[in-house]
Amino acid sequence: MNRTLLFLPLGIFLAIGVLFWIGLGKEDKTALPSPLIGKPFPQFILNTVESGQSTNTLPKEPVLVNVWATWCPTCKAEHEFLKQLAKEQGIKIVGINYKDDDAKAKQWLSAYGNPYLFNIADPQGQLGLELGVYGAPETFLVDSQGIIRGKHVGDLNPKVWETLQQTYKAMQ
Amino acid sequence: MRLFLLLLTLWALPSLAVVEGYKYQFEDPNELARFNALAADLRCPKCQNQDLADSNAPVASDMRQKVYELMLEGKSNDEIVQYMVDRYGDFVKYTPSFKPETLLLWFGPGLLLLFGIALLVLVRKNQNRSTAPLTAKEQARLQALQEKSKL
Repeated sequence: MNRTLLFLPLGIFLAIGVLFWIGLGKEDKTALPSPLIGKPFPQFILNTVESGQSTNTLPKEPVLVNVWATWCPTCKAEHEFLKQLAKEQGIKIVGINYKDDDAKAKQWLSAYGNPYLFNIADPQGQLGLELGVYGAPETFLVDSQGIIRGKHVGDLNPKVWETLQQTYKAMQ
Repeated sequence: MRLFLLLLTLWALPSLAVVEGYKYQFEDPNELARFNALAADLRCPKCQNQDLADSNAPVASDMRQKVYELMLEGKSNDEIVQYMVDRYGDFVKYTPSFKPETLLLWFGPGLLLLFGIALLVLVRKNQNRSTAPLTAKEQARLQALQEKSKL
């Protein structure tokens, strides 16, 4: 028998090892790639949480669109960092209050501070569905033309922002 | 007793039902079957090992509702699946589409099977290899050894 063939199991082991190593190193194993990147932000007509007036546009400048809810503990965790981004770096953030209640949202914002330009109320989650949202918090990067340039599922924190920032800067 | 055992075999039947299926009424039983099939072929993006029929995650509920609405609008199965794929990506389909990125999914198992068969054949061939008969010299040596061990 060919002696080199004896190294086959070792080779297979190494290949599988590398595969597992990559898998283990991934930060969030359940994050899915979004097919919406490069596509326009979906159309919507919804009320804002603040005024109750209907709106259908995002600001014509690069923004973060942050999907959050008062029932979402991770949203609470990222809230401080969002405030920091808004206050210290002047980053514009639009909120989507996802499958939530306006009164609770207002209470939450006055208690913990409001980093958002305004909040779009999406109590039924229709806009969430259009955006392929499957778990709050999710954050979209939308450029001045209204094109989605990036997406992050999970909380924003300094480490995540380090990579996301590149996409944000490219939108300027 | 027999009836009881028979009933016991039905314990898994609820797994065939769609969560909150009562919400979605169809007059045509074919449409109901179509809805159930769609709910079983679309995957919940939140609880990643459940289909829409099985999952009680809020997003799965929204997606079931959307499937129902799209069906009422007269959309075909392909259009409905495409609607979900456009928003949630290929992941929502339990049947992956056929493209370069998914070749491994389609052919991986077959390749593994072939590899296994090849390995089996190789091992069997080694086992069946007949040994050459002993030469006269070897025969003599064998005999000598046997004599020796007898002592």
